[in-house]
Amino acid sequence: MSDPIIQFEHFGFQYNAQSEPTLYDINLTVRKGEKVLIAGPSGCGKSTLAHCINGLIPFSYRGESSGTLKIKGKETGELGIFGISRTVGTVLQDPDGQFIGLTVAEDIAFALENDCVAEPELHERVQRASRMVNIQDHLGHAPNELSGGQKQRVSLAGVMVDDVEVLLFDEPLANLDPATGKTAMELIDEIQRQTGAAVIIIEHRLEDVLHRHVDRIVLMGKGRILADTSPAELLSGSWLADSGIREPLYLTALKYAGVTIRPEMHPESIEALTLDEEDQKKLRDWFHAVPPAPEKPARPVQLRAEGLGFSYPGKGRQTIRDLSTQIRQGELLAIVGTNGAGKSTFSKLICGFETQQQGTLQFEDEDLAALSIKERADRIGYVMQNPNQMISKVMIFDEVALGLRTRKMPEDEVRERVEETLKICGLWPFRSWPISALSFGQKKRVTIASILALRPKMIILDEPTAGQDYRHYTDIMEFLTALNRRGITVVMITHDMHLMLEYAERALVFSRGRIIADTDCAAVLTDPAIIREASLKETSLYELGQRCGLEDSRAFVRRFIDYEREVFRS
Amino acid sequence: MTNIFNYIDRPSPIHRLTGATKLVCLLLWSFAAMATYDTRLLVFLALLSLVLFRVSRIGIRDVSFMLGFTAVFMVLNNLLVFVFSPQHGVELYGSSHVLLRLGGRWIITKEQLFYHLNLVLKYLATIPIVLLFVCTTNPSEFAASLNRIGVKYTIAYSVALALRYIPDIQREYHEISQAQQARGIEMSKKESLVKRLKSASAILIPLILSSMDRIEVISNAMELRGFGKNKKRSWYMARRFTRWDILAMLGSALLLAAAILLNVYNGGRFWNPFI
Amino acid sequence: MKKSPVRTIVAIGIGAALFFVLGRFVAIPSPVPNTNISLQYGLLAFMAAIYGPIAGCLIGLIGHALIDFSYGWGIWWSWVIASACFGFLIGLVAKRVNLADGEFGKKDILRFNLFQLVSHVIAWGLIAPVLDIVIYAEPANKVFVQGLVGGISNIVTTAIVGTLLCVAYAAAKPKKGSLKEEK
Repeated sequence: MSDPIIQFEHFGFQYNAQSEPTLYDINLTVRKGEKVLIAGPSGCGKSTLAHCINGLIPFSYRGESSGTLKIKGKETGELGIFGISRTVGTVLQDPDGQFIGLTVAEDIAFALENDCVAEPELHERVQRASRMVNIQDHLGHAPNELSGGQKQRVSLAGVMVDDVEVLLFDEPLANLDPATGKTAMELIDEIQRQTGAAVIIIEHRLEDVLHRHVDRIVLMGKGRILADTSPAELLSGSWLADSGIREPLYLTALKYAGVTIRPEMHPESIEALTLDEEDQKKLRDWFHAVPPAPEKPARPVQLRAEGLGFSYPGKGRQTIRDLSTQIRQGELLAIVGTNGAGKSTFSKLICGFETQQQGTLQFEDEDLAALSIKERADRIGYVMQNPNQMISKVMIFDEVALGLRTRKMPEDEVRERVEETLKICGLWPFRSWPISALSFGQKKRVTIASILALRPKMIILDEPTAGQDYRHYTDIMEFLTALNRRGITVVMITHDMHLMLEYAERALVFSRGRIIADTDCAAVLTDPAIIREASLKETSLYELGQRCGLEDSRAFVRRFIDYEREVFRS
Repeated sequence: MTNIFNYIDRPSPIHRLTGATKLVCLLLWSFAAMATYDTRLLVFLALLSLVLFRVSRIGIRDVSFMLGFTAVFMVLNNLLVFVFSPQHGVELYGSSHVLLRLGGRWIITKEQLFYHLNLVLKYLATIPIVLLFVCTTNPSEFAASLNRIGVKYTIAYSVALALRYIPDIQREYHEISQAQQARGIEMSKKESLVKRLKSASAILIPLILSSMDRIEVISNAMELRGFGKNKKRSWYMARRFTRWDILAMLGSALLLAAAILLNVYNGGRFWNPFI
Repeated sequence: MKKSPVRTIVAIGIGAALFFVLGRFVAIPSPVPNTNISLQYGLLAFMAAIYGPIAGCLIGLIGHALIDFSYGWGIWWSWVIASACFGFLIGLVAKRVNLADGEFGKKDILRFNLFQLVSHVIAWGLIAPVLDIVIYAEPANKVFVQGLVGGISNIVTTAIVGTLLCVAYAAAKPKKGSLKEEK
């Protein structure tokens, strides 16, 4: 066995501002060249653990610690944050926060500059690091000229440039589309092979991380380590279900079919998975047991876009090109596509934030062009991705009432409307709380409530579940489904594949300003051409179906979705 | 949006000077233009800056929108000066040659017009050089340049951070204000001033509070990569001085010296043709 | 709360960027035609009240200089320096209020506004006009009236926007203590 590089022994930590410890009795060793995934629901302490490893605790966030934490055999207290940063390189979750330089080259050079590395070594090492992550052709680019995946590669180069021995990734997949996430995992794997560094990944999207080999998974819950074992062992046990972490979809499907997951099946990835004839038969039987759910009758069209064209001033290429589509009343619709494909711009045109240069938009036979932003908001609500970007009041009640008060509604009517909305949104118990006391997911509800108070017939949500763990994600989505059942049309802009698959009835796939597919989600996620163009990822269910000899894999995916919806509804 | 400071990359001798040189020249030059009211020197500076503009291969069209702002500012300021102090020139130059009486204290004199001419010349002597600096200096070089001329690198870096995050914050402001408009927040003239300010706060509060979170993330990222470790730091964008850099700085220093000498020689900041 | 020096540096950078964006792109029409209300001083007062006089001074200096640069009319040093002085002076309030820990009661509101009033008066009533006269030899009555108008508008803006920002920031800081769900 190689040398331990990070050693926690009976380690505990409590933030100064908190009344309870965040970490209890952590025992964890990471060795040279190992790849460890740390998973757990929000608030389990995994970010705190990461802060301890990179030295932000205790040097930036104060608190009491107990036990010991050694990096390369030295207590972290002796090393200091700069000493630790020579060994541990951290890639943070927020790519814009980490990208400090004005251009790619300057950002990669940042750590070297701080070490006073001079010419020509400085330029040479930046070159080398940029080649490692394949960003050498963009050295002069500013961050807003790069995609999310490229920014992440710059961040990686920025820590690789220092020849670190441990690479720590804090939720590396959170801001990436599925295809880019897949590439990111491949790149991390590649870098590890080249450098022999230990890799620690903090992430709750298990299936996506397991796209490449991982030595161990450390599962955390409530500040403790619940399991520290191989992926195969972990996926065969019941730990995941107990702690609210999502297991890979193909395993869920197998469990529905009554197959018991065993370590020797290699459940850690769909490629490695082996199924004997008996297991395959079980899956086939499950598929054939129920006929496909009947198609829902078509509902009347609510929003009609005809020949839309739009380009931002100063940009040559059109962001939206000759786009026509329909959204039906009471639908639950997903809009997917890469960054810059035009999906956000499309929603901005609908809300009136931008005005199209060509084409028309009709909402319930009314031309939207005649309506102001405010008037459109009475019909179509828009919820931003980050609730903190919308909240401007201290108290929940006032925040939800804001839109009504600006519309000069009498105060007693406001009260009635707000109270009703709070009840619908499950916020009634918190009605007299300040917003700051709420969790992220609850804040999201507040922003949705503040939009719903205006009684729109359609709501558009930008990445409604971004940054949420499985439990909160399910929570939000069940809430949106309930709203949908009340007759509100729900449109979600997302690149979350699970979200599409499990909740949306239909998907509009955007690519380069056009809609390249308009069909049900199972069809989208099983069509290689669409997947490639929209930077999506094939669902593992598709491969599972094929493995078990099911001709019509698409029907199999649909079967899974139908079953899943029934499970949740009951 | 990516280029609010209008940096235009073209091959020219001015572009080849280091950022630090241009910064020093800008400061010396603008101090010279600030110190003097000697019409002859101001004319010389204005003409010289136009020549430099030619050398830099930046065209009028490249800076037309900035010139527009400046023209408005210049006209307004001149008008204000005249409205408030129509006899300022008379006071400064100590004589009065009346040209036209507009009524009341508003009398147009040769002295006043000459003062306005000098005021305009002052703009013409500084504006082209500022535009030149903005258009030919890569923003990436700016922080390194500040550090080079003696500003502490931590402070210099805060300037780089401002330049880095202006586009992000601008985009975020835009998005937040759109979403708040949909909720009925308005800043138009229809509302009272206090209402308008309160509406503005409904947009600023989310913007600024999320920026406060951003400060935490960025400072963590910087500390994790060793910012503040040493008393010095090197700069990827720093360049060595060449002969031309030294010459340019010397030339600018001479201009400042000329301005100061003229002040001494004229016995004040004004060159008075009326005596 | 102890702040790391790096955090203050970042606060200066982000503060200057915000100052720039508000001053350059956010226009609230004022009652006087062709002039806009400068929201950025509300922001500057708020940031200085958290990060102190040095940060306040530099945010004003860098932010205002960048605005002038972007318009291309040169740096109007007298006003840039006045902005920096305002940032410094209002930053002195940071020692008297504990905004960083989320405390901002009625007394603090009063103290904050007293400081901003005095700071604005010094910056726009004294520093800016005097420098205008010294540097640009502009007529005294013009620059003092300009300073007065600017100063009053900035005092009003800071009183509303600055105070609201401080209150919202303090309220958004999670505090200890228990909240009960109501049925």
